[in-house]
Amino acid sequence: MSNTKSNPPAPERERPDERDRENARELGAAGSQLSTAPIEESAAGLPAMGVIGWARWFWRQLTSMRVALILLFLLSLGAIPGSLIPQNSVDELKVETFKKAHTTVSPIYEKLQFFDVYSSVWFSAIYILLFISLIGCIVPRTGQFIGQLRSRPPGAPKRLTRLPAYTTWRTEAEPEQVREAALAMMRKRRYRAHTVGDAVAAEKGYLREAGNLVFHVALIVMLVAFAFGQLFKSEGGKLIVEGDGFSNTLTQYDDFKSGSLFDADSLAPFSFTLDKFTGTYERSGPQIGTPRTYEAHVTYEKGAYGKPQKTVIRVNEPLVVDGTKVYLNAHGYAPVVSVKDGKGKEVYRNAVPLLPIDNNVTSTGAIKVFDGYRDKNGKKTQLGFQAFFVPTFAGSGKGTMFSQFPAPDMPVLALNGFHGYLGPDSGLAQNVYQLDKTKMTEFKDADGKQLKQRLLVGETMKLPDGAGSITFEGIQEWASFQISEQPASGWALTGAVAAIAGLAGSLFIQRRRVWVRVTPGADGVTVVEMAGLGRSESAKLPEELADLAVTLIASAPTAPETDTAPGTDTEPGSSPEPDSDSVEESSEEPAEGAEK
Amino acid sequence: MNLAAATNENLAHTSNVLIYSSMAVYTLAFFAHIAEWVFGSRSKVGRTAAALTGAGAEGAGAGGSVKVQVAQKGGGTAVLDRPKVVTRSAAGTRDVPDGPGAAGGTFKGDLYGRMAVSMTVLAFLVQAGGVIARALSVQRAPWGNMYEFSITFSTVAVGAYLTLLALKKNVRWMGLLLVTTVLLDLGIATTWLYTDSDQLVPALHSYWLWIHVSTAILCGAVFYLGAVATLLYLFRDSYENKLASGGQPGSFAQSVLSRLPAAASLDKFSYRINAAVFPLWTFTIIAGAIWAGDAWGRYWGWDPKEVWSFITWVAYACYLHARATAGWKGRKAAYLALIAFGCWLFNYYGVNIFVTGKHSYAGV
Ligand code: HEM
Repeated sequence: MSNTKSNPPAPERERPDERDRENARELGAAGSQLSTAPIEESAAGLPAMGVIGWARWFWRQLTSMRVALILLFLLSLGAIPGSLIPQNSVDELKVETFKKAHTTVSPIYEKLQFFDVYSSVWFSAIYILLFISLIGCIVPRTGQFIGQLRSRPPGAPKRLTRLPAYTTWRTEAEPEQVREAALAMMRKRRYRAHTVGDAVAAEKGYLREAGNLVFHVALIVMLVAFAFGQLFKSEGGKLIVEGDGFSNTLTQYDDFKSGSLFDADSLAPFSFTLDKFTGTYERSGPQIGTPRTYEAHVTYEKGAYGKPQKTVIRVNEPLVVDGTKVYLNAHGYAPVVSVKDGKGKEVYRNAVPLLPIDNNVTSTGAIKVFDGYRDKNGKKTQLGFQAFFVPTFAGSGKGTMFSQFPAPDMPVLALNGFHGYLGPDSGLAQNVYQLDKTKMTEFKDADGKQLKQRLLVGETMKLPDGAGSITFEGIQEWASFQISEQPASGWALTGAVAAIAGLAGSLFIQRRRVWVRVTPGADGVTVVEMAGLGRSESAKLPEELADLAVTLIASAPTAPETDTAPGTDTEPGSSPEPDSDSVEESSEEPAEGAEK
Repeated sequence: MNLAAATNENLAHTSNVLIYSSMAVYTLAFFAHIAEWVFGSRSKVGRTAAALTGAGAEGAGAGGSVKVQVAQKGGGTAVLDRPKVVTRSAAGTRDVPDGPGAAGGTFKGDLYGRMAVSMTVLAFLVQAGGVIARALSVQRAPWGNMYEFSITFSTVAVGAYLTLLALKKNVRWMGLLLVTTVLLDLGIATTWLYTDSDQLVPALHSYWLWIHVSTAILCGAVFYLGAVATLLYLFRDSYENKLASGGQPGSFAQSVLSRLPAAASLDKFSYRINAAVFPLWTFTIIAGAIWAGDAWGRYWGWDPKEVWSFITWVAYACYLHARATAGWKGRKAAYLALIAFGCWLFNYYGVNIFVTGKHSYAGV
């Protein structure tokens, strides 16, 4: 900073947008349309009177980058409560527990829809506004971009020295020749280039903008696909004991949920049978008992009369039939029991699925004999047993027994029995894993205490007074499956892939312009000036400009030096321009050491 | 116990020994860095001050920091027939030279700095060995629980830092901070998060584990470098502001901050890092969704881990938008970047510890 400058003292810190605007003014048309980013109006003036004026104002606000930013911020803030408070959509049971434990805040949370954050009115409002804003932003930007593709790069600004990267040299080649060489070179490097006046204008990196537009459009595609999937999805659970089967109709599900626009007729027709389930577990070490593999061997048929095919369903490997996926969800044991009546006639034989209550598959459930049993007097009645099962018995002890290991190493079934009326067999949903004892009477042992017994496989518990017996015959395993269909997930995936590709283009490609001005100098020697402008300051731009210059010098070799300072004589009448000091001071330390 | 289990046990033990050894070497690197900063202090102090206020000394004409139209020599002008390219910073950015680095241009400081870097390389190799031994002992990718995740995370962070160094990027200034946090991370991992080596529950058996978790770790590690740069940017920026407005920073700030790269360089560095990783982070989330689709029957279910990945993603998108919007450049955008990294950290530690969800496996 050696020469005296006419600049007035600058204020301490200028507002950045003012600086940008000043910069833009200096560059004129050359810097315009280097992107399609909307120009921010920092002071949004009061809207014109009238409804239309307000609507316009509102729309402009909504589609401004600033509001997009605020909405994005709100979206991330709004997502937080849903991660800290139990959600109905994830685990209804947990929500119930939470409500019982926090009676004061729960009503408030309920009002604020904090148990259903992601389908709440306010969360939806944020993302719908964001996406309206996005569409309102994308459409005009796409139009602008197409316009830019149709038009040609703007002509060179008056003073190339003002651009972020600049170089110049003098040559004895004819200006016309140099321009032609420059044009050819630019085109060869796949710049869009043309000659305007005394300069060649070239631009490259349009893919940046295209990528950015693709990314934002892909976001919309993903959202629409996600919403569509939510509306049309279906999801149900089914528990199957080894040897049993399932066919995909509504009535066969244990439980079923679907989106609001789902149509039951659209269930994919297929069926499958669970042939065998195998589970293996860690046998030693601190994580003993942790499951290692779960495999469900099934035979499935596509359509009504499909050919049976065998396959294995694992935790991460669902069976996919016509877009419907069958996931392995959980597993447990189903002890096989048989019941004889007083006359010794077998009236019941079934594998009864029990529900695991801990990681070692300690399980509970109920055995219900609805029909066929007659007591010792020949009277028809019903039997019920509470069943408690451990796959690996942990040794005897008082009270409840617990399993020591999840594999059936030493299975024990504990039973106690009741007789009477079990309640309706069907109709009113009956919990198959629980006994309704209101109309049942306990079997008692000789001491008048509740009759209960622990059985090993093959053992039998006699019911008192010749009421018959129940035998633990063996064990089968059951597996539960989640059968779900989520349409449009292909679209979501396509959107996701497009988003990544677009993003990469948008962030890694630099859009830049290069101008080559060739003018006859005062002394008859041709002056070549080259300058580059990128959308953001880039370390690569000067490099690229240097490369281009090196190439061009081949067709416009440098003329022998005279003592005229290069660069200053290109603009007649502007000689004491402070710009010239940019060249003089180029010996200063580079400020961009980080990019060396 | 069979033979294979015994070798695994040995490998797990080896891994632990290697991790502890790497901590020892990192500690040496830490002290070497401290020495670098201490012995580098008699440096060309005031370079920054000169750049900022020196112009002012020549009269108010060139005054202020922002309107000075300095031009610098472009990079790569060493080749003889390469023309000299003159570069100008965009209007509005301060033209301040980068600080000389921790060594402060002194020979002794530089020597210690080089020792610190060599030590870091050694520690990195030992630590990487520890991670690999761990992977071999469990016969799977070494990121099935938080202990493994932590040791892998800091290995990758140091790896990324060393890669940048090898690419001749100006990043040595972050060495001390990085080594300190790596020590912290390893300390937490070995004392609180340690889990014996073991295999995975079935839900984690998937090649998506490799893809999803490895990119997640890489993203986190590199985001971390970005966050360090952002933090230092904020300090350095206030320092430059103070100088520019004629203030006198404290001697500690003077000594430490004057050696850092210019605020503009730090800002640009952290932007590049964050922008480069953002697409990868996007990919990580999508890979996770695909895996969740296979494992749990839905690709997106607002599980806490999913929610926080999403929040992190949106926060970084906020940051990128802020950078592209005129009024938000600089400090405001930097705060957003820090918040975004905070979200990533919470997703990594907070969600595993405070929130239960489908992502809790294998101990912690
Ligand atoms: C779902 C929400 C959105 C996300 C995740 C998102 C993400 C992004 C990302 C990552 C970039 C790249 C930034 C860069 O080039 O450095 C970007 C750029 C951009 N976004 Fe968005 N965006 C979203 C919504 C919007 C909306 C609603 C608008 C319009 C008001 C918008 C307008 C823009 C513009 C104009 C750019 C280009 C800036 C430039 O050229 O540097 N975006 N967006």
